Amino acid sequence: MFRNQYDTDVTTWSPAGRLFQVEYAMEAVKQGSAAIGLRSKTHVVLACVNKANSELSSHQRKIFKVDDHIGVAIAGLTADGRVLSRYMRSECINYGYTYESPLPVGRLVVQLADKAQLNHKACGVAARPVGNVDGIPFTPGSTFLTLKSHFTCWQVCTQRSWKRPYGVGLLVAGLDESGAHLYYNCPSGNYFEYQAFAIGSRSQAAKTYLERKFENFTGSSRDELIKDALFAIRETLQGEKLTSSVCTVAVVGVGEAFNILDQATVQALINEFEISGEEGPANESVAEEAGGDAGGAAPTEAGAATEQETAPMDI
Amino acid sequence: MPSCLSWLQNRSLVSTAGLYAFGLSSDAINLLSVNQSAKALFQAMDSLLSPEGDSQRTQYPYVTGTSVIGIKYKDGILMAADMGGSYGSTIRYKSVERLKQVGKHSLLGASGEISDFQEILKYLDELILHDNMWDDGNSLGPKEVHNYLTRVMYNRRNKFDPLWNSLVIGGVKNGQKYLGSVSMIGVHFEDDHVATGFGNHLARPILREEWREDLSFEEGVKLLEKCMRNLLYRDRSAVNKLQIAKITEEGLTISQPYSLKTFWNFAAFQNPTVGAEGSW
Repeated sequence: MFRNQYDTDVTTWSPAGRLFQVEYAMEAVKQGSAAIGLRSKTHVVLACVNKANSELSSHQRKIFKVDDHIGVAIAGLTADGRVLSRYMRSECINYGYTYESPLPVGRLVVQLADKAQLNHKACGVAARPVGNVDGIPFTPGSTFLTLKSHFTCWQVCTQRSWKRPYGVGLLVAGLDESGAHLYYNCPSGNYFEYQAFAIGSRSQAAKTYLERKFENFTGSSRDELIKDALFAIRETLQGEKLTSSVCTVAVVGVGEAFNILDQATVQALINEFEISGEEGPANESVAEEAGGDAGGAAPTEAGAATEQETAPMDI
Repeated sequence: MPSCLSWLQNRSLVSTAGLYAFGLSSDAINLLSVNQSAKALFQAMDSLLSPEGDSQRTQYPYVTGTSVIGIKYKDGILMAADMGGSYGSTIRYKSVERLKQVGKHSLLGASGEISDFQEILKYLDELILHDNMWDDGNSLGPKEVHNYLTRVMYNRRNKFDPLWNSLVIGGVKNGQKYLGSVSMIGVHFEDDHVATGFGNHLARPILREEWREDLSFEEGVKLLEKCMRNLLYRDRSAVNKLQIAKITEEGLTISQPYSLKTFWNFAAFQNPTVGAEGSW
C-alpha cells in the first residue's frame, strides 16, 4: 500500500487542499452495492442491488422507509446508513408532532448534510455537543421553549463515531408541497438534487442508462419509472441475471405513501417488462419514442443488445 | 397536648404533615424542636398550601382581553376582537391590539392575559424567522401554527404554568381555509366558526343560526358585528372599540379601530334589575 502523509485524520489538509479522510469515505460509497433513484413530477422510485455477504447469509437492507413521504436508499457502510436513517425518522416524527404536517424533504436533507459536517467539526477540539441528556435525541419541552428544534436536534444526535466521516451515501426520495424530490447526500456533507442518479459499485453503467433517458422521466408514470429503475439496476449487474431476489424497489408519490414493493410484485414486473422488451418495440415506442429514436444510433444499439441479452430470463 | 405533639412528630413525616390538620401554624410547630427533614417539609408545604408563597407561576391573569370571534367566509377567514384590556373588572386599557399576523398565511387572535399573548407572539416571531431563514420556498401555514401553539399551550399547562389565553388561529394556504382554536390547557379543535370566552355563549348561537359557507365579505363583517354588538351589550368587559381582520389568499388586512352603533333605550336596559329580587 502507498502511504499518504496527510490522511491520518479528518482535520488535516493536504497541501493541495484536500481532505483525504473525506475522500476515502466517499470511496466507501463506491464500494457498496449499487442504489439508484429517479423521479417524475409526481413519483420517485428507488432501487438497489442486494448482495449477500456469504452464501449462508441473507443480504442487508439497503432501502429504508423514513416516513410516509420520505424514504432512503443507501450505498456504503450499512451501519452508518442505519444510524442516519434512524435520525431521519426521528426528525420526521418530531416535526410531525409539532406541526402535524410532513417535514419538507429539502430541509431534512440539509439537516442530514449538516450532521456529516458536524462529524468533522467534532473531530476538532471544542465542537462537542453540550448540555443534553445522552441517548435522548429530542426533548419536546426544550424545543417549545427554545423553538430551535432544527438546531438543537442535530447537536444531540452526534454518535460515538464522531472521529470519522460517515461512510455512506444516501439517495433520499420524498414528496412534499413542492412536488417529488430526489437528493443525494454525500459523506463530505455535500448534497445535490437530481432527476435521476446512481451510486455504489458499477453505478456508472446505470448512470449512463439514466443519462440517456432522464429527459423523459418528468412526464413518466409510476410504472414507467419502475421499469426504468429495473433497467438501470440491470445495467449495474453486468450480465448477472436480474431477478427479484437480487434487487429491491420502492416508490413514493402523489397518493402513494413510501412503500417497498414486495418480491412477488417486483418479479412480476421484471417478467412483464422483459416480454415487452423482447416482443414489442412498437409497444414501447409510445413511451420511449424520444429516448429510442432521438438517442442516436450507438446508444440505441447498446440498449437493444442488452435487452436481447436478458430476454432468456423470462421463464 | 405538647407531649402528644412530640409523640406525633417522632413517628413520621406523614404525621407531622398531619399537624396541619390540627389547625396549627408552622410557627407553633417549630417551637416543638422539629427535626430537620420535617422542617424541609414545612417549607415545601408552605409554598404548596399558602395561596401564593413564592410561586413563579401565573396563578391568575392580571390584564385580560375578552372574546375573539373567527369565521370562515367565501374567500378566507374573518376575525373580530375588541380592544379593551381589563385589570380585574376595571377596564384599564382601551387600545390593545389582539389580532396579529403570523407569517404569510396566518392570523392569530387572543383573549386572556395580554402579557402571555405578547410572550406567545415572541415565540411565533422566532418560529417564523427560523422558518424564513431556510429560504427554501416552504413556509408554515395556519395548520402548522395551530398545532405548534397547541403543543406550546399543552406543554406549559403540564408544567402547571399555563399561558393564560384562549387563542383563535385562522388562515389560508394553497387555497385551503383553516380556522381553529386552542385553550390555555391545550384543548384544540377546528371549526367553521369559533369564539372564545363569553363569545362561546353569546356569539356561537348566532353563528350556528346564521353562518353559511358562501358568506360574502360584507355579509361576514355584518355577522361579526352583530355578534360583537351582542357581546357589547351583555359582557361587562367588552368595549365599543373593535378591529376586524381579514385573511385571504391575497394577504392579510386588519381594520382600523372603530365603534358599533348602539341603542341603549330598550326597556330591559333602562332598569336592568327590575324584578330581580335581591339585587340593587
